[in-house]
Amino acid sequence: MSALLTARDLYRDYALDGTAVHAVHGVSLDVAAGEYVAIVGPSGCGKSSLLNLLGAIDRPTAGTVSFQGRDVSALGDRALTRFRLLHIGFVFQRFYLMPILTARENVELPMAEAGMSRPDREQRGDELLRYVGLQARGRHRPTQLSGGEQQRVAIARALANRPALVLADEPTGELDARTGAEIIALFERLNADGTALVVVTHDEELAHAARRLIHMRDGAIITQEVLAPNGSSGA
Amino acid sequence: MRGLLAFAALRGHAARTALAVLGVAVAAAMLLDMVMLSTGLRESFQHLLLSRGFQLRLAPRGTLPFDTEAMIPGATAILDTLRTLGDVTTVSPVLGAQLHVPRDGRVTTTFALGVNPAAQGDYELRSGRDPNDANELVANDEFLHAAGLQVGDTLEAATGYNPQLRTFAGQRRLTIVGRARFLYLSAGQPAVALPLRTLQAMTGHTRDDAVSLFMVRLRDGASVDAARDWIRAHVRTVDAISTADALAQVDDRLRYFRQLGYILGAVSLMVGFLLITTLMTVSVNERVGEIAVMRAIGVSRPHVVQQIVLESTVISSAGTACGLALGLATARYLNAILSQFPGLPAAIDFFPFQPRAIWTALALLASVGILAGVYPSWRAASRPIAGTLREEAVA
Repeated sequence: MSALLTARDLYRDYALDGTAVHAVHGVSLDVAAGEYVAIVGPSGCGKSSLLNLLGAIDRPTAGTVSFQGRDVSALGDRALTRFRLLHIGFVFQRFYLMPILTARENVELPMAEAGMSRPDREQRGDELLRYVGLQARGRHRPTQLSGGEQQRVAIARALANRPALVLADEPTGELDARTGAEIIALFERLNADGTALVVVTHDEELAHAARRLIHMRDGAIITQEVLAPNGSSGA
Repeated sequence: MRGLLAFAALRGHAARTALAVLGVAVAAAMLLDMVMLSTGLRESFQHLLLSRGFQLRLAPRGTLPFDTEAMIPGATAILDTLRTLGDVTTVSPVLGAQLHVPRDGRVTTTFALGVNPAAQGDYELRSGRDPNDANELVANDEFLHAAGLQVGDTLEAATGYNPQLRTFAGQRRLTIVGRARFLYLSAGQPAVALPLRTLQAMTGHTRDDAVSLFMVRLRDGASVDAARDWIRAHVRTVDAISTADALAQVDDRLRYFRQLGYILGAVSLMVGFLLITTLMTVSVNERVGEIAVMRAIGVSRPHVVQQIVLESTVISSAGTACGLALGLATARYLNAILSQFPGLPAAIDFFPFQPRAIWTALALLASVGILAGVYPSWRAASRPIAGTLREEAVA
């Protein structure tokens, strides 16, 4: 498979109360088109910081991130925003839906930003809600939905502009086991339909649903393993 | 979608939005009233002075019309001199005096104007006719009410009255032939007008032919300044005051009033600006997480700013619209109070509706309100996305 996303020698340092924190320390990583990667590691090891760099919502202190061969670390704010809008889907642990919008309006938001006409985005919004099994809940606001439903709306929103890559930060972290399993199944279906996924998680089941497992510690990748379809380590 | 988000955000905090609109409305109303007050009084005075078409007033030298009891003697000679100036079309001599009307054991005192009914510019007839005969007068409602008289009644009037001896001087029997509204008198002041010669006779000014004032109307297109200068040169006993001169005097006397209006107007503008800035800052600070998410999923910074500025636009516009209604209602109420101010003509409107000044002021407030949303929204949209999301997650 060809490389969709390439990260080279990524560093991300923060100043915290006058002390330098090396959140990401010399990470290099390739994600192929249609791949499903899980990143695991102890809390504070830099998983989310790495995901933010991969998704271009943060800039590396050093190193580059390229998407389909194009260096996105060098893009200005406007181009970077457009890049995220069209090529990356984000799923957050706390869903982060707009509470003042309905489920379908939340899904339509990135499409509206991309300039899609109202009829087209309404049609696509309905399609995506059907895809995540919430076709009957389009008119409900986030506060009227369960946690699992909210996360499914967030996944539908992430898919709005047909991104090649979806990044998910602890997507099952706020959910109970049964609802978490539904999200894992949804991710598997999404990946099977061709979307590349990079998931940061503490959830063993979610991690082992991926095809590649990356272990991080102290801001660096320590091991990577390729998983067989049943979740066991493969060649 | 930005409009939807903006309206949804305002609707989501309905009470706060309503209070903000009310706050802007109060600021707008105050600004509106101050603009009307600071610029309108002068306009209203000008309108009043020109309402009867007299561009010049001649007062005893060194005085303003009816500012003192000084008189101008030799009225007929002055009239003849004025008529030699080709630009003069009408001259209205006016004599002011007190008139005492005894009736049913009490005495009603009124201000009386001796005028030439054919050329006068001091009153408007409401009913009846002008006092063309020597023993006729017209009166305003305040006098008729105070004296218990009506049109058609005859009264005994005197220009001198000794309350100790209860004796009268300059007595005359006069008939009321009309009801009038006097243009330059203050509210509630009883007044009558009668022929100049009659009042001169009653006040003992027949011999010196004295008057208090002349009002002069010029032909259309004539130079008021040139006429004023000509009169000053040829009639040495008077000061010729043009409407512009009178307005300059008014400006000078009302300077503090006007400055107060400007200062309070500026304060209102600042209050509106601070109110919307504070509100938008609070509103935006509550939503930094939402804004960071919007930025993360690809909503551009200008679009985030547009959405929030749209919110401040709605608040400003709604507040300004409500402020217009509130300001007009308040102006009406205040005008009713201020028109009782002693010494000012009742016809003066303290808060005349001047569309251009008002729309400018309100547009300024609305613009300031809109601008007030720019800074907090730009600041929020410029926060680092990852850091803000991390803070939100910790919070």
